[in-house]
Amino acid sequence: MTAYIIRRALQFVLVFFGATALIFAMVFAIPGDPIRALAGERPMPETVRQELVQRYNLDKPLPEQYFLYMQGVFQGDLGQSFNGREVTEIIKERFPRTARLAIYAFVIEVILGIIAGVIAGIRKDKFLDTLVKVSTVAVISIPIFVLGFIAQLWVGVDLGWLPVTAGNPPTFRGYLLPSIVLASVSLAYVARLTRTSVVENLRADYVRTARAKGLSRSRVIGVHTFRNSLIPVVTYLGIDLGSLMGGAIVTETIFNIPGIGRAVFEATRSQEGAVVVGIVTLLVIIYAVSNLIVDVLYAVLDPRIRYD
Amino acid sequence: MTDETLTERQRELERLREHELPPTEHDDELPSPTARAAKPASLWSDAWKELRKKPIFLISAALILLMIVMAIAPQLFTSIDPFAPGTCTLGNSLGTPSAENWFGYDLQGCDYYSRTIYGARTSVSMGIVVMLFASIIAVTLGSIAGYYGGWIDAIIARLADIWFAIPIILAGIVFLNALGERGFWQVALVLIVFGWPTMLRLMRSSVLSVKEADFVQAARALGASDFRIITRHILPNGITPVIVYGTISVGVVIAAEATLSFLGVGLQLPAISWGLMISTAQNRILTAPHLLFFPGIFLSVTVFSFILMGDALRDALDPKLR
Amino acid sequence: MTQTQASPEEAGPAGQHLLEVRDLEVEFRMRMGTVKASDRVSYHVDAGETLAIVGESGSGKTVSAQAIMGIIDTPPGFVTGGEILYRGRDLLKMDERSRRKIRGENVSMIFQDALTALNPVFTVGWQIAEMFRKHRGTSKSMAKLRAVELLEMVGIPSAKQRVDAYPHEFSGGMRQRAMIAMALALDPDVLIADEPTTALDVTVQAQIMDLLARLREDLGMGLILITHDLGVVAEVADRVSVMYAGRIVENADAADLYPRPGHPYTKGLMESLARPDDKGGRLRPIQGSPPDLLHRPSGCSFHPRCRYAQPLCTEEDPPLIDIGEGRSSACHFAREILDE
Repeated sequence: MTAYIIRRALQFVLVFFGATALIFAMVFAIPGDPIRALAGERPMPETVRQELVQRYNLDKPLPEQYFLYMQGVFQGDLGQSFNGREVTEIIKERFPRTARLAIYAFVIEVILGIIAGVIAGIRKDKFLDTLVKVSTVAVISIPIFVLGFIAQLWVGVDLGWLPVTAGNPPTFRGYLLPSIVLASVSLAYVARLTRTSVVENLRADYVRTARAKGLSRSRVIGVHTFRNSLIPVVTYLGIDLGSLMGGAIVTETIFNIPGIGRAVFEATRSQEGAVVVGIVTLLVIIYAVSNLIVDVLYAVLDPRIRYD
Repeated sequence: MTDETLTERQRELERLREHELPPTEHDDELPSPTARAAKPASLWSDAWKELRKKPIFLISAALILLMIVMAIAPQLFTSIDPFAPGTCTLGNSLGTPSAENWFGYDLQGCDYYSRTIYGARTSVSMGIVVMLFASIIAVTLGSIAGYYGGWIDAIIARLADIWFAIPIILAGIVFLNALGERGFWQVALVLIVFGWPTMLRLMRSSVLSVKEADFVQAARALGASDFRIITRHILPNGITPVIVYGTISVGVVIAAEATLSFLGVGLQLPAISWGLMISTAQNRILTAPHLLFFPGIFLSVTVFSFILMGDALRDALDPKLR
Repeated sequence: MTQTQASPEEAGPAGQHLLEVRDLEVEFRMRMGTVKASDRVSYHVDAGETLAIVGESGSGKTVSAQAIMGIIDTPPGFVTGGEILYRGRDLLKMDERSRRKIRGENVSMIFQDALTALNPVFTVGWQIAEMFRKHRGTSKSMAKLRAVELLEMVGIPSAKQRVDAYPHEFSGGMRQRAMIAMALALDPDVLIADEPTTALDVTVQAQIMDLLARLREDLGMGLILITHDLGVVAEVADRVSVMYAGRIVENADAADLYPRPGHPYTKGLMESLARPDDKGGRLRPIQGSPPDLLHRPSGCSFHPRCRYAQPLCTEEDPPLIDIGEGRSSACHFAREILDE
């Protein structure tokens, strides 16, 4: 177990520096003017330009730029917007909303997804299974922004069940629809994965053993199948955080939630490159950390891994 | 780091990714590497025999064909060229669908039907171009990593880890936002650059399983060169999962392009793209829902077809299911 | 460990077997067609004796055992006929709850590959303790103590520590011992062992077979040993049933079977067996391969591989008939084979 965690931690360090370097390179090392990447097309007095050069050490060689940038990141400096607002300030203000949205979505996706998947898996090839299979492919195929608009039009306007936008400040009811939309695609994946995994595990030798032990059906499924079936699902949930982040940008935009996703969107619209880079760097770090956590959790769920 | 270049979890993940879209029928059995390593010719002809009878495959193939024809020759479907000057009349702005103009008009008064038809070109070519380039990278690196193993494998696997750590939409936002002019190739580039790691992992594990097969050992014993062993023996037998995932990924790429365009970091006007059309329409969905509806339907159906096709292929190419 | 708790009133009338399978029919319904995996299969086992069921893989020897345990995957497998009598009561007519009680408490089973048969995510001790906790309602700590006792009984060293280990931390032989401990937890009357040594090294195989034989004796259970290995059978079995293509083709006492097999298939199996006493003698494997049950040969299923086959064999399926000395054989020429 310890060896496994150490190995994963080392991998994490590599991925952390690699991924931040990659983001850094996309902004500062591509052919063209990094100032443009940071500031867009806006006309700029020479003094501001100089300031940017100073701030991002653009006059120094690339590796040093990266080093200084990362030094800043470690000190909690993710850059500044044009009106001089710290990116960390923006994040501090907006992150709680995104976190709420993401947590609601995560809860919906995990609970509904696993329930749907388990039911479909136990009733393989029956009506409910077919229903789950068909509806999940459909949901997966509809891009999230289309889904978001459909939900707004249908649930929000036609049925009038839930508010069309989250409101300012967003209310719980306001969060519901965007959370469901954000959760939907991942929910479909979770359901399908759980289903496949349950179907596979129900055939496993150890489930047969559990039946031969004279255990009740609920125990055979609930204990001997369920935990094993969760292993791939947990794995997926780690990866899924990445798509949840991309999805949050879209969802917050559509439902007008002033979270960091919308901040990214607004920053791209107003050509605040520095803000985009700062926030994305943070998101990538969060993603990497949560994947590390998932890996550890994976080891807890699956004892075979601990001695790998 | 040890020789073990992939953690157990990552391996699990690859397997899942290959299977994460369970097909419409029996998806409970995984292709066994040894079974997969059977004669490829018969595998494909058997698969074809099976596919011909599958309604899911036929429907998705027909839809994909339709979209491809639409992409190559949109003139067959509409006499209006949306790129020609003077096709839009502001007087028609936001005109709703009618018997003459099925899809209505957009804000500029352009015929929405012809724009939607022409949108297929962007999506379909984006999907196919990205899939082709990403799989070339993935298959090459994956074969090298899987075949040679050791430090080459370790380096390639770690590189893939790093790329994998950046969600594709975030990468697209940062990279495309840094560019001034964004056209087809810029968007394609970012999707290729961030699209190969998944396929690489599939290819790598597939090569690993085929590598040990008897016929590969035999070829090696007979003194075949590495290049020949890889291209003649390993690739034909190991590429199946990449083909399956590649098909699905065409759909995923199309959706990703649309999302980036929707977010304003993808294609730019005057390009015609379904994502861009929806993005333009987003403030008017209440008054003119047709602006959302038609590109939305086309987009979803296209993505749907590629995903279903991938599912059907996986079913048919999985020898264990027979 | 106490002796089997067969109280007098539970014991059936004379002539009733501890466990008896009568004319069991099991079908597997698949896309390609329906396969009869168990065709009129009958056998029985009594307390303290070992019945060996012998056959190649695919002969249906495991299917009847799974039917006894009620663990056939349905679909595709369906029990379509026959009776499974435990102390005279037909398991197939019982409701699920009573049947479940019998599984594990009265009849239990061990499997070929203990690595896959034990749940990888729970400790060995937990899995054994589960028997006490769920069937007997024993407390967690008591159940664990009992698990340690059982591990000691099956010869696992330092059982106190090993009880908290996971299956993958055990060696192959240890895992099979743990599996046996789990199966014997509730003092069953009948133990079904499905190829218990196939996945093990030769040296470990002997240890496991010795353990099973010893436990059968100590606990007075009936043992149904399913195997393809006639060598193992010779050492431990009292009676033998040979299966081929879903049917029993020969029944005999183990002592009688070896010198004089009564079915060409049994004879073939014997000849394909290497014996230490005829060094240099040639092994004669049975020609051909087991039949595809979807396309069963006409007449006797074995005729395409049989060197005694006559035209009659391609036309008529021989019934399992009594050939004296308490033996039976499903061959038109059983007596000739026997006297050869």
